[in-house]
Amino acid sequence: MENVEKIRRFPCTVCPMGCELTVDCETLTVTGNGCPRGAAYGVAEVTHPTRTLTTTVALRGSDRVIAVRTDKPIPKELLLPAMDFIRAYVAPENVRPGTVLVEGFMGTDANLVVTGK
Amino acid sequence: MANVKTDALPEIKVGLLVIGAGPAGLAAAVAAYDRGVRDILICERQDFAGGILPQCIHNGFGLKRFGEELTGPEYAGRYEKMAQERGIKIEYGATVTKLSDDRRVTVLSEDGMRVYAADAVILAMGCRERPRGALPVVGTRPAGIYTAGCAQKMVNRMGLLPGREIVILGSGDIGLIMARRMTLEGAHVQAVCEVMDHPGGLRRNIVQCLDDFGIPLYLSTTVVEVEGEERVKSVTVAEVDERRRPIPGTERKIPCDTLLLSVGLIPENELTRQAGISIDPVTNGAAVRENRETSIPGVFACGNVLHVHDLVDFVSEEGEIAGNAAADYLANKEKIETAPVAKIVAKDGVRYTVPELIGDGETEKVTVFFRVSDSFRDATLVAENGDGVILSKKVRRMVPGEMQRVDLPRAKLVGTVTLSVAPKA
Ligand code: SF4
Repeated sequence: MENVEKIRRFPCTVCPMGCELTVDCETLTVTGNGCPRGAAYGVAEVTHPTRTLTTTVALRGSDRVIAVRTDKPIPKELLLPAMDFIRAYVAPENVRPGTVLVEGFMGTDANLVVTGK
Repeated sequence: MANVKTDALPEIKVGLLVIGAGPAGLAAAVAAYDRGVRDILICERQDFAGGILPQCIHNGFGLKRFGEELTGPEYAGRYEKMAQERGIKIEYGATVTKLSDDRRVTVLSEDGMRVYAADAVILAMGCRERPRGALPVVGTRPAGIYTAGCAQKMVNRMGLLPGREIVILGSGDIGLIMARRMTLEGAHVQAVCEVMDHPGGLRRNIVQCLDDFGIPLYLSTTVVEVEGEERVKSVTVAEVDERRRPIPGTERKIPCDTLLLSVGLIPENELTRQAGISIDPVTNGAAVRENRETSIPGVFACGNVLHVHDLVDFVSEEGEIAGNAAADYLANKEKIETAPVAKIVAKDGVRYTVPELIGDGETEKVTVFFRVSDSFRDATLVAENGDGVILSKKVRRMVPGEMQRVDLPRAKLVGTVTLSVAPKA
């Protein structure tokens, strides 16, 4: 593991404050974070980065689409495969904000949930 | 509409009329209600509440307000529910066509035209995207050029993909968000070009929308020509000098079928101007006091109609300030209007402040929002009145794309107060 960067610097994106984090990838210590969420993000980002997916899905019986999200961040590398699934997916009629469309989305512990109207 | 006689129209009395049911208007109405105002009407020209939020399906809203990351539709839903629970009346499809200096508001809807005589008015009309016509882009005018917000509506509300090979001009937040959105939908975003030497949008959006997908951001670069007859075929980009003039010899052609423009937002103040309310030339919004009262007593402004915000949480906060102030105004209308006690002047490094006028409020501190004109690291923010420095504060990082805020001691706000940035020595 000689050529892996030991110290990484990147902005925290958990909230719009955008604190500049410095993470020691060996000891997993984070500095520069304005709050504890930033420390957790800094560690996650160098070990297993995750993102919340927000997109739209087709709606049965409608030519409109409806907004959805994962209710938890999913591994970053699943974003594009998840979109392949989404493109083939049609939501049932009568869904409302909060309706869970897919439980355990893409084999994660996140659900795919309706956000739009 | 100019020739319609409004004198003959039915006139309806209302306590507080809010123009716009976006995040600013909803928060203002809710705050006014919670301070005792019951006769509230919101006029909304669209047929839904939430303003632009229903098409902003990404997350990142509400961390300050609700302590969790919501999507635009979810954030809007929370405020819509608060308004509903209070029984606040919203008229949909109701376009305000005129605001007079005596708070008469002319409204046009399917039911016809009518005039509301309001005791107080809150302006919450939001902003619109700077259109293509305002851009110095030459060349043909083929199909395939959209504002980023228009593309957002197409993708997120209508399920239509505007194109496959995309170039985005401008690194405003909507442009960045759309770079990710179009990539997820299978389009290929070639590049985001920004004429300035710093990104226009929030840093988290640079990371999550561009870096995550390997989309390059070219700073100090602009689109100088659009090629294509019926449809965009390519755009030519070039680097620019400090005065934003293209540098000859740096041109580069990028094949694409779509150009998205994310080159800024402008507060929508036609009604404000029509009423004769004084406008700040920098923000393009009304010049207001700390309670967001405009130059016409009883008329308040909040949210993006006042100055363009980058966080909806602050829009809601400003809506509350205006809503509370409108409630106070309605509770003591007989109070004689006083002249402002201080004027805040933006100087070196500070582009504008909101508020810029200070009235006779009672809080110990006055929160001032401002934007800087350059990027600063470890700089000092300085406020001075005629007698000297009243605040000197080290700030780790300030960038033009992110709104700043500072609390100033009210007792020291007299006469002309300047706010400036002293760069790191
Ligand atoms: S460290 Fe905390 S305050 Fe700073 S950006 Fe991250 S979440 Fe926000």
